[in-house]
Parts: sequence; structure tokens; C-alpha cells
Amino acid sequence: MTYILKPQLHHPKLATNALGFTRRDYEGSVSTLCAGCGHDSISAAIIQAVFELEIPPHRIAKLSGIGCSSKTPDYFLGASHGFNTVHGRMPSVLTGANLANKDLIYLGVSGDGDSASIGLGQFAHAVRRGVNMLYIVENNGVYGLTKGQFSATSDKGSKSKKGVVNHDAGIDLVGMALQLGATFVGRSFSGDKEQLVPLIKAGLAHKGVAFIDVLSPCVQFNNHQGSTKSFDYVREHNEAVNKLDVITPRAPIHVDYAPGTTVKVTQHDGSVLSLHKLAELYNPNNRAQALGYLQARQARGQVVTGLLYIDPESTDLHDALDTVDTPLNELSGQDLTPGAKALEAINAGLR
Amino acid sequence: MSVEVDPVSAKAIGGTVVNDFVVKFANVNGSGSASANGMFAKSILRCGVPVAARNIFPSNIQGLPTWFEVRVTEAGHLGRRGGVDMMVAMNPQTWDRDVAEIEPGGFLFYDNTKALPPAKFRDDITVIGVPLTAMCNDRYELPRERQLFKNIVYLGALAALLGIDPAVVEQILSEQFAGRQKLIDANFEALHMGVSYVRENLGPIRLQVRKADKVGNRIYVEGNAASALGAVYGGATVCAWYPITPSTSLAEAFTGYCEDLRTDADGKAKYAIVQAEDEIASIGIVVGAGWNGARAFTCTSGPGISLMTEFIGLSYFAEIPAVIFDVQRGGPSTGMPTRTQQADLIGAAYASHGDTKHPMLLPADPGECFTMGALAFDLADRLQTTVFVMLDLDIGMNEWLTEPFAWDDKRQLDRGKVMTHDELEAGADFGRYKDVDGDGIPFRTYPGVHPSKGAYFTRGTSRNPYARYSEEGSVYVDNMQRLLRKFETAKTLIPAPIARKARKKTSDGVIYFGSTTPSMHEALDALEAQGRHLDALRVRGFPFAEEVYEFVAAHERVFVVEQNRDAQLRTLLMNEGEIDPAKLVPVLHYDGTPITARYIAGEIGQLMGLGQIKAAE
Repeated sequence: MTYILKPQLHHPKLATNALGFTRRDYEGSVSTLCAGCGHDSISAAIIQAVFELEIPPHRIAKLSGIGCSSKTPDYFLGASHGFNTVHGRMPSVLTGANLANKDLIYLGVSGDGDSASIGLGQFAHAVRRGVNMLYIVENNGVYGLTKGQFSATSDKGSKSKKGVVNHDAGIDLVGMALQLGATFVGRSFSGDKEQLVPLIKAGLAHKGVAFIDVLSPCVQFNNHQGSTKSFDYVREHNEAVNKLDVITPRAPIHVDYAPGTTVKVTQHDGSVLSLHKLAELYNPNNRAQALGYLQARQARGQVVTGLLYIDPESTDLHDALDTVDTPLNELSGQDLTPGAKALEAINAGLR
Repeated sequence: MSVEVDPVSAKAIGGTVVNDFVVKFANVNGSGSASANGMFAKSILRCGVPVAARNIFPSNIQGLPTWFEVRVTEAGHLGRRGGVDMMVAMNPQTWDRDVAEIEPGGFLFYDNTKALPPAKFRDDITVIGVPLTAMCNDRYELPRERQLFKNIVYLGALAALLGIDPAVVEQILSEQFAGRQKLIDANFEALHMGVSYVRENLGPIRLQVRKADKVGNRIYVEGNAASALGAVYGGATVCAWYPITPSTSLAEAFTGYCEDLRTDADGKAKYAIVQAEDEIASIGIVVGAGWNGARAFTCTSGPGISLMTEFIGLSYFAEIPAVIFDVQRGGPSTGMPTRTQQADLIGAAYASHGDTKHPMLLPADPGECFTMGALAFDLADRLQTTVFVMLDLDIGMNEWLTEPFAWDDKRQLDRGKVMTHDELEAGADFGRYKDVDGDGIPFRTYPGVHPSKGAYFTRGTSRNPYARYSEEGSVYVDNMQRLLRKFETAKTLIPAPIARKARKKTSDGVIYFGSTTPSMHEALDALEAQGRHLDALRVRGFPFAEEVYEFVAAHERVFVVEQNRDAQLRTLLMNEGEIDPAKLVPVLHYDGTPITARYIAGEIGQLMGLGQIKAAE
């Protein structure tokens, strides 16, 4: 976390989006993470995604837990309210915030320690509840802030910088999110902006739980030979299933990437997801197949990236609770307090 | 030795006692007795005679002993008196201790289908045998019916013995089973089996219920339900909770009241209730909702508070409103989950690591659970911190006779210091942790309020008045001092203590709170009758108002009566008020049962007696 504010000077010719905001309006404080940290690339991808989606920055609420990744919400979207909560507990705080005001867009940022170790329970339960949010795990397989301990997503057999071999099985949050009922599950790589930005845009537009596991190598403690989350390892073992672009209805852009079929998915906010399949005929609408595909590739040592699963008919926790359209935090005393007369009837029933 | 004493001859032991006795039911839980016992208490209330009923139950669903104590008290003493005048002994497992508990000259009611050896009885009590099992086995085929109707048969027998008009019980049965005529008819029949047996074979005893007009317009309700209703009226919209005895029925009551009172014309909910995966998630949801401008609460008991402490510290330091209803039970650890104590005071007051303190409200009955339940949300918003409402199992899970709920329709929710879009737009200087008014309370903004102003980053780390991260020592100290100023402000907002002056001038005082209250009042009457005079002060919240310290200063010796081992209220008084420990004399009751008037009067009486001896030396 930093107290260094960025200068507010803008280049007069900076590009603006339809709302008149420049990319700079979506930035935050200067990052205090290590130079070259994958997390900073993810912050940049978030900034670009929100800028391109033309979301007014104050309509996003960004929440995080504790750790390197959880520090990053200070480094993007400075005009948004942010909440750096308690270690492993971002999901519950975000759930409460979401219940209070369904009209904001919720972005939860967490890390592998925060979500797969101390916060595994909260991760699981927020996902199964269908809280409307984009949940990004910046996954480097290591505890960076406390200098290099294994995390629960470290793969079995991987080596720490000190040469210690991890003998615990790694947790795959993508597989878990699929099993727990997330309605949008993707994985990307911090160094692959071309894939990550559209994925974040799609995740923000998705109603319900959108989960993205972003492999983000730690330049200090997990970018060496023997690590399975280093830049080199991921680049060599990456197996992308599709590319996507979010097309907002207001400014439709169609970008045709690679050859192959195109699947268009209409999201609840009206935006359209175009899924560009690569060599394999990958259908992102089948949860069971997504799990099987993920595990088959994993067995071959491949890291599947892209949008693995999306349910275009997704619902969220507010649908389940059937809450009123007005955000709960905007209901007045008159809306909430039944009054003296109702109390008389209650008293009468208690005699 | 004859044990079947003719009830009429019992009159020789003492005269008729009207509307002032204790009946205790000893049952096996899961036998369906709770409903019949509850109707027994209610039928006396309907005769215009106050009752205080307490359920003493095990942490178990079926098969263990459970007791239900009904104090019939025209004088309106709603605490436990101590002692039992009539034992309805329906549980062979606890027979010996149940029989031993009866006051000399009292009554033992039992099922005499199977003869018991004389050694199982006492010769200084009256034994009333009714062949309940035989009667039910003759009449009913199904084992379930035999069991359930046995309860209604003894209800009828007791009504006849105690002079309760069976029509009153019929009315309650009709309300209970409204719309199910077959069930009503069957219950009436069982009731009259009991009534007729007593009328034909026994006749009334000297303990009698007579119609009176001492209930007035009071209501009969559990503290948990009253708290839940308070939360509805206090404007709570988000409730996150995890089941734990004895707080579970609070969340369930909130759900029920919201369904009735907070559903809009389209059937949509003006509330959100989440049964979370644990207490940590519960308080996390509450803190998230509070941060985002909704009124939110959780309800739990001691073990839940232990789990929530990290978040409570965050709420304190990041200044986020939250309300926690702590329905206290016997601790520590799992402790006595179905027994009552006031043993979370220190744990709640100073919950979490680092220097923290939190306001607490201390309701004494369900009526105050309602008012304080609603007030807690105003205080949490005003003070931007966690506010505890400290119930205990006795208040929370027992139905108490209490003043009817009242609400002033002109009352507005106090949302505290929230800077609006227009104020920000007009250029107001927003420093999230800046003390603008000198009361230690800063302004906050709701997320999403303004496109370019008022956003800030909330964190549990140290920061400057403009919410920017800072580990500067002086900035940290200033902030911690401001939080202390805020706590001083809290003193002026917490409900004031209630004083009860002794009839004669005295240098002795007593401080008490919560569910101890009715027993304390009765004990004060008893002590006064012995010529022992004490000024009394009921504390209603923490931090303590100045009046509390003035009361202590005005007396030479102050008894502090509470239901825990370590004299926690006394510790808080000493710690916060820098009071000489020698001045505060603890009177402690912590066996898990509600404190009795006899216990308090006995302890204080003895201590005062000792004091006099000492003075004479």
C-alpha cells in the first residue's frame, strides 16, 4: 500500500471512452509491489478492461483480503471505494456489500494464500451462494509478503527458491469453482494481456459468480527453475481453449481472431461474448466437460487458459433471496419500520 | 409408611396458598411435554396471574432430563425464587433429586401406574398419584398418542388440583390447534380425563390459582423474538448468522417477522438473510453490508464471539457499523450450551487484539430487548463501530411477562454522519478519519456516491485522517486518541442506568444488570424486610455513564451482583472507572441456572451481617 499519489496531470490528447473518462481516470496509487510483478500486469488489465467497458469508476466496489495481491486494489480504480479486509475473508465482506447495494459492480481480488489456504472456506461458500461478482485470484503459488513459503496452490513436487520440495497436493481453484457452481470460470496468465483483458471484461459483465484464476509469477520467490508457476513454465505449458472479446451493445466491435468456430454468448447485461475456439472444438457451456477437459490437460502437464465455462442463464444471490429492486441501503425508515399499528397487532398475539 | 396422603389432610401442614408458589415439571426431552407445560403457564396468565416460566433443558434432542419451572406470582416477582412447592415428576431418571428439591410441606405429583417402594418418597410432603400411563394405555392404541396425550391428561389433572378453570385451558388448546378440529376434540378429551380423575378421586389442594387482574396489558414473549422485532424496527436489512444455542431462535424470529412485515406488494423482500458457513463469515457479511450503508447484524453466543474477534477489531479500527446480539450461555469453550450465564462481558467489551473497546447494551427483559435491539442500529451508525446487545439464555429463550412493545411513528432512523453526493458536490472537505466536530466521530461516504469525490480505501492498517496508509507514529497516536474521544461520546448515548433508592439512608449500594433484575428487586424487598437497606443501580450499557461512577462514589460499599465466576462487571467498573477493588464486593452466581432472589438475599444478607460484626469488633 502506498501513500504516493500519482500526479493528476493529463496529456491533453489522451483517448477518452464514451463517458469522457481517460484511461488515467481508472488508475490508482503508485504500486509498491516488486518491479516486474505479475500482479501489476493484472492491475493494468483491470484498468484497461473497465476503461473499455465504459463503466464509471465510482460504480465499482473493489474488495480484497490480505497479501501482495490484496494490496493491488489501491493501485487501480482510485475513484472507486475499496476495502482491504481481513486475511481470507474478502468473500464474506463482498457478500455483505453486495447484499447492501445490488447496483454496484463488485470486484474481489485475492491471492492463492488468501483464497486457497486461510480463505478456502469463504471462497467455496461465496461461490456456491452465487454472489454477483468478479472474483480474481492472482495466483503465484507462493507467500510473497512473508518471503517465499509454499501456498496451497503450489504443485506437488515443485521447488521453492531455497530448494525445498513441496510434498502436499496443490489445490486447483478452477476445478473447485466449477464443482461449486460458479457460472463463469476462466483462467489466464498475467503476461497474456490479449487473453486476460477480454476475460476480465466478460467476468465483470457476467451476472453471478465469475471466477478467474490468473497465474501471476512472483518475480522474487517463484520464478526459478523447479517452480511450476514461473513465467517460463507457464509459457511452455499453456494450453489456451479460446479467445474472447466482450462486445458492448453500444459500440459493437467484432474482432475475428483465429480461424475456427465462433460462439456468441449474450450476457445478462446485454453484452455479447464471442468465443473463438482454437484447434479443439471447445464448448464452454458444459460444466462436466469443462472439469474433464481441465483434468485431462492437467494430467498432461498443461495449464488450460481461457473461458472454461459460462452459464448464460446464470442467476445470483439476490435472485435467490428475491430482494426488492431498490438497493437495501437506499430503503428509508418508512420502508423498513412497520410502525406502531403493526406492533399493536403483534402485542395482541402475545397475550 | 403410607405415602398416598389424602390431599385434604395436607391442609393440616399449612393454610391455602393463593397465587404464590412454584411448580416444576421434570420431563424427558423429546416427549412432547414442552408444549403442555407452556400451556400450563399460559393458562395461569389468562387467569390474570403473572407467571415466570423457565425452561431448563439439555444440549440434546431426545432422551435427556429437562425441567420447566413455573413460578405463579400475583406479586409479580418474575425472577426465580428458589425452591419448589409442587414437583410434577415425570422422569424416573431424575426422581431422587426431583423429590429432594421439594420444599417441606410441598407436593409431589407423579404417575402411580407402577407402585414405587416407600423409600422413594418423603414423609414431609404430600404425594399425589394419578395413573397417567394406565389411563392412556386404556384409551389410546398408538404409542405416540399414549405419550403425547399423557401430557394433556396431566395438564387437566393439574388444572383441577390447582383450581384453574378447564375452560381457560380449552381456549388455549383451541388457539394452539386452530383450524384442526379433530385435534382440538382429542385434546379436550384428554384434558377432561385428567380433570375428571382428580375431581372424582382427589379434589383440589391447598396451592390455588385464583383469578386476579395483575397481568394488565403486558405481553408474554421470548427475548430472542423481541430482539428480532427490535432489529426489524431498527431498520436492519441484512442478517447473517450461524446456528448456535441459545441464539438460533433470534435469527429464526427475524426471518418470520421479515416475511410478515417486510415483504413488498410484489412479494419481494426488503431484507436479506444469509445462513452463513460459520460465525466468521457471518460477521464478515455484516461488516461488508455496514460498510456499504445497510444496517446489518448477526446473532450468536460466546463461542461465536471468540471466532468473530478479528472482524470486531476491523470494525473498531476501520470504523464500520455492526450489531451483534450475544445470547450468552455457560462458558468457557463449549461450556454449558443450554445453561445461562453473563460471562461474555469482558470478552465482548474488549474483543480483538490491540487496544479496542466496544459499546454494549444490557437489556433486562424482552421489552428492553426490543427497544435496545432497535437502538443498537442507531448507535452503530452514529458511532460507526460494533455495538453489542448482551442477552443471556434466560432472557433470550424463556418467555417473560414484559411491557408491550411500543413505537413512536415520528421516530427517524439515525444514520449518523454520512456525507451525501450533494455535500461532496458542493465541495465539502471529506476526510474519512477526520474529527470535524470534536466528538471523535468522522464522516463517512457510501460506496458509489459520487463520480469523482468521496471515494476512499478502507483498511485495517493505520492511516491518516484522509484514509491514506501511514505508519507515522504521531498519526497513529492521534487516530487512537480520537477513537478514545469517540468512546467518551458513546457514554452520552448509551441508555442511562436506573436507580432505586432505599427507604432509609444507607452507605451500602448494589449494582446489577440484565436477567438478574427481577430476582434482585425481590431480594431488595426481602432484605428491606430484614432491615437491611441498599441503594440499587441497574447498569444498562457500556461504556458506563457518569451516573454509575457517581453512584459508586456516593456509597462506602457496593455489591456487584452478576452471573459469572470472575466478577466481570466488577472488573469493567474497576478498569474503566479506576475504582478501588476493596469497595466493590462481588456477589456471584454461575452454576448455569438463573440467579434466584433467595440466593441474592442470602449472600448480601450474610455479607452485610458480617460487616456489622466487623464493625462491632
